[in-house]
Amino acid sequence: MTNFPVEKIRADFPILKEKIRNKPLVYLDNAASCQKPQQVIDSIVHLYSHEYANVHRGVHTLSVKATDRYEGAREKVKDFINAQSTKEIIFVRGATEAINLVAQTFGKTNIKAGDEILITAMEHHSNIVPWQMLCKETGAVLTVAPIDLNGELIFADFEKLISDKTKLVSVVHMSNALGTINPVEKIIAAAKAKNIPVLLDGAQAIPHMSVDVQNLDCDFYVFSGHKLYAPSGIGVLYGKQDLLEAMPPYQGGGDMIRKVTFTETEYNTLPYKFEAGTPNIADVVGLGAAVDYLNEIGMDNIAAYEAELLKYATEKARQIKGLRIIGDNNNKGAIISFVLDKIHPHDIGTMLDSLGIAVRAGHHCAMPVMDFFEVPATARASFAMYNTKEEVDILMAGIEDLIKIFG
Amino acid sequence: MFDDLRDLYQEVIFDHNRNPRNFHIMEDADRKVEGFNPLCGDRLTLFLKMDGDRIIDASFQGSGCAISTASVSLMTEIVKGKTEAEAENLFKQFHEMTTGKEEQINLEAIGKLAVLAGVREYPARVKCATLAWHTLDAALKNEQDSISTE
Repeated sequence: MTNFPVEKIRADFPILKEKIRNKPLVYLDNAASCQKPQQVIDSIVHLYSHEYANVHRGVHTLSVKATDRYEGAREKVKDFINAQSTKEIIFVRGATEAINLVAQTFGKTNIKAGDEILITAMEHHSNIVPWQMLCKETGAVLTVAPIDLNGELIFADFEKLISDKTKLVSVVHMSNALGTINPVEKIIAAAKAKNIPVLLDGAQAIPHMSVDVQNLDCDFYVFSGHKLYAPSGIGVLYGKQDLLEAMPPYQGGGDMIRKVTFTETEYNTLPYKFEAGTPNIADVVGLGAAVDYLNEIGMDNIAAYEAELLKYATEKARQIKGLRIIGDNNNKGAIISFVLDKIHPHDIGTMLDSLGIAVRAGHHCAMPVMDFFEVPATARASFAMYNTKEEVDILMAGIEDLIKIFG
Repeated sequence: MFDDLRDLYQEVIFDHNRNPRNFHIMEDADRKVEGFNPLCGDRLTLFLKMDGDRIIDASFQGSGCAISTASVSLMTEIVKGKTEAEAENLFKQFHEMTTGKEEQINLEAIGKLAVLAGVREYPARVKCATLAWHTLDAALKNEQDSISTE
């Protein structure tokens, strides 16, 4: 493959040297969570060893250093997604918390009984349940744009579902269960034509492509660090500044205030208004290190390499008799979700594990997607920039072998 | 090929997975309970025909992995003719076999079910094997219409 330094990258990820059941690890569960390079691990060790204290608090040297690291990471994230200002970068626990934050603040202020929230049929539970909870509280209605049998959004139906009652469009950028990349430019244009704000769930998309929130012109963009080679427990809510300014706070506590008396509290400015309490300092620093690492490789290079890898894997998978790819289309990130004739995904998962291959077997937190394709579950191989064609070959040989043994 | 898995996937399990026994709806069942494992989507309906406290017939419908299908298939075979107390005792033995220590297994009492002992080494798969038995337990206690492993 074209000059992509995959071996150099692999050497940066210590866990890839692990043996699983006495076999070299073939890690293909990156859509669930991906592994961490030494640079990210070292950044956390370095912070705790040399520069750690609480942030935004003390005048002492360590607090200043830790604050610099923490706010430095915010700056890096801002540049990484091309936000206009660091005020638009809110650190949260992950994409799930970011969506809940928007539902509980923007949602509660702007969405009333009879209003509609429009999602798609390929959403992760994290972009369904927070809206259902909001609908239950407010009397609003959740509407769902359908997908076709290739796992793609039926855009014409999506457009028809946009109505005067629609107060928010919240869609997944790239589906974790299928790999499908939604036509977000068209989705945003259609919503903007009616002045409807758009939230993009970028948890799955962000490790696979460059994301420019200003160019997209989305109103909110959410993602998790742990799928971006960063630590677990940290994520980002991007929101346009004017929307964030108008939203009430999510949680109350320290750091999100400017002045507190027993009768009244004056809230802090952005982004601190949404970051109550001592934040996840170390993992934010780890996220900053992951962004540095990815910038050095280049997101466009990663996208090109993974596209090649996906093409290779898809062609091989299509040759296996009895294998059906769930969501087989040409607008995909590097995920192959599949089922085998008469072999349950759980058996596939256990059998591949015995060969050192980690895949996910289950509903991928997208039960409505499973229902649509009338399967109880799928097996899913999800690739990252450190995977190789050789690993694809090991996976496909393993699948062929387990088909034989099941007879 | 898959040598490490021989303890888990024994030939008997493949056999019951390919040709599950007592795999049909029972129209005149006295007890009917659904079992569901939301984690992997395994779903089964268990039917029992009772004569007093004795199980005189058992059958099932549903879909699941090889382990759960073989487990429920074997179970419907073994509980036929057993009293409720005997079946509950088997459930206890089975539970110990799949979750406990090897020395605790009473091979005589467990009989054919011993082929499922291998799940002990695969914590993620224990629920696949025990779903059938939890469903039977609910059916015998006549507690509810559906049970879930989660």
